[in-house]
Amino acid sequence: MDYAPLAFPALMLTVFFVVPFGIMVMVSFFQRQPGGFYTPDFVFSSYERFLTAFFGGVLGFSLGLAALVAVICVAVGFPFAYELARTRRRVQIAWLVALLAVLSLSEVIIGFAWSTLLSRTAGISNLLVWLGLMARPTALTPNFGAVLTGMVYQAFPYAVLVLYPAMARLDPTLMEASRTLGAPPLRAFLTVVVPALRNTILATFIMVFVFALGSYLLPQLLGRPQHWTLSVLITDQAVYQSNLPFAAAMAVFLVLVTLSLVALALLVGRKESAA
Amino acid sequence: MSAKLFRRVLFTLVAVFLAAPLVVIAGVSVNAQRTLVFPPAGFSARWYGEVFADAAWRGALTASVAVAALSAALAVAIAFPLSWFLWRRHAPWARVFQMLGTAPFVLPPVITALGFLTFWTTVGAYGQPWTVVVAHGIFFVTLPLVTLSLGFASIDRALVEAAATMGADDRTILRTIVLPLIRPYIVSGFAFAFVLSLNEYIVAYMTVGFTLETLPIKIFNSLRYGYTPTMAAVSILFVAVAALIFGLIARFGDLPKLLGAWSSRD
Repeated sequence: MDYAPLAFPALMLTVFFVVPFGIMVMVSFFQRQPGGFYTPDFVFSSYERFLTAFFGGVLGFSLGLAALVAVICVAVGFPFAYELARTRRRVQIAWLVALLAVLSLSEVIIGFAWSTLLSRTAGISNLLVWLGLMARPTALTPNFGAVLTGMVYQAFPYAVLVLYPAMARLDPTLMEASRTLGAPPLRAFLTVVVPALRNTILATFIMVFVFALGSYLLPQLLGRPQHWTLSVLITDQAVYQSNLPFAAAMAVFLVLVTLSLVALALLVGRKESAA
Repeated sequence: MSAKLFRRVLFTLVAVFLAAPLVVIAGVSVNAQRTLVFPPAGFSARWYGEVFADAAWRGALTASVAVAALSAALAVAIAFPLSWFLWRRHAPWARVFQMLGTAPFVLPPVITALGFLTFWTTVGAYGQPWTVVVAHGIFFVTLPLVTLSLGFASIDRALVEAAATMGADDRTILRTIVLPLIRPYIVSGFAFAFVLSLNEYIVAYMTVGFTLETLPIKIFNSLRYGYTPTMAAVSILFVAVAALIFGLIARFGDLPKLLGAWSSRD
């Protein structure tokens, strides 16, 4: 009777999360049949196919792109979150609302917005022409820079919101003490705040990295096929090539990469709270 | 003084970066012509009208709102009993379900999407409109789980003990103490899940993409035929709805606390 409240959540999460996940793992070992079908089996052919130079290249590109996005987001987001946590409460709340609004934007809308902003007809190049800095408007998409910009846009609010609680809890006397001892603000920030939050920075980096790894539409909307990430290929194989076993094998692999990174982030975070 | 200047410059740069694409699509959305030009040529609100007047856009809008409302309700229905149970009892094994509720949000969304795709095809329900409600309900259960566990942590246990001493049973305590105190957290958990479901693409697409068009799917499908000002209008409406909902949460609740900041300083 006492356990009754647990029944519904346990049932839902088991049936609709654990079971689908289990089926997906099973399907990754199934034998693919021509025409989009598959038969129950236990073969590693989908995994073998994944270990080719092409998919290795895509994986390397995905990881590199996610890492670059995470570096940029943390490098800008860290001082930003620090200043945000120290500003007036009303200003903080206004920023938080704005960050949440941008964070909740669909990737479709972010992709649409940036491809408009980078387009020839409605983009920033028109502004540059108007200012006399450019002769004629040009298209700045599709290319790698456009993909990177879109993904930083998508991940930046996330980075700030992950950093924000740690910044809000940071003991303000740390900074005051170093200022009293004569350190200029930048020096105090770099020698006191940054080392104190070294693990938070690392944990945030990993969280943003995992978040960016999930991007699937921006590389398609803002980039060329060589900018496609693993998430795009999974969707492509599942929906357009009707090769569910192969899509599932890639997904299982992506889960393993993600889980090991999340475990690392948790480990780093725990060490900090123990210290 | 230079620290103040640094803050001002940093805040301005970030604000410009975050606002730039929105300003451009807002401009595009009020263009008088069908073409995408910026700065806008003339002013017209007809593209906003088209979102509601055009049957295809209106259908997608209705589908999105219905899916978002139902799946957010489902997410709360899963999260509430779970976090209520975990608040009352120390049961480490029950935390496993809490972890399961967080997992879909931590993993790349394509994983959850593919999991549901294989599941619905296996059980033969692929393409049914309700499947996306279940999929989103599970996918976004993390959000009410987080807000509700923060909410339960903020309840003063002395109140509960006092009520129990005076003979109130669990049900009475739930009705007279827990629910009134936890209501803002239920509302914010629902709101977070609602806004994110409204904007979610990949899970919806892999679950019901070919039978039910939600707005993000409709926008993406329309992209193939080029960009239109109607898309810009829809995008601006979406941002406005999200900002409005989060603004209301901030107005009636403690947003910094909901986002994990311990102390609310002034």
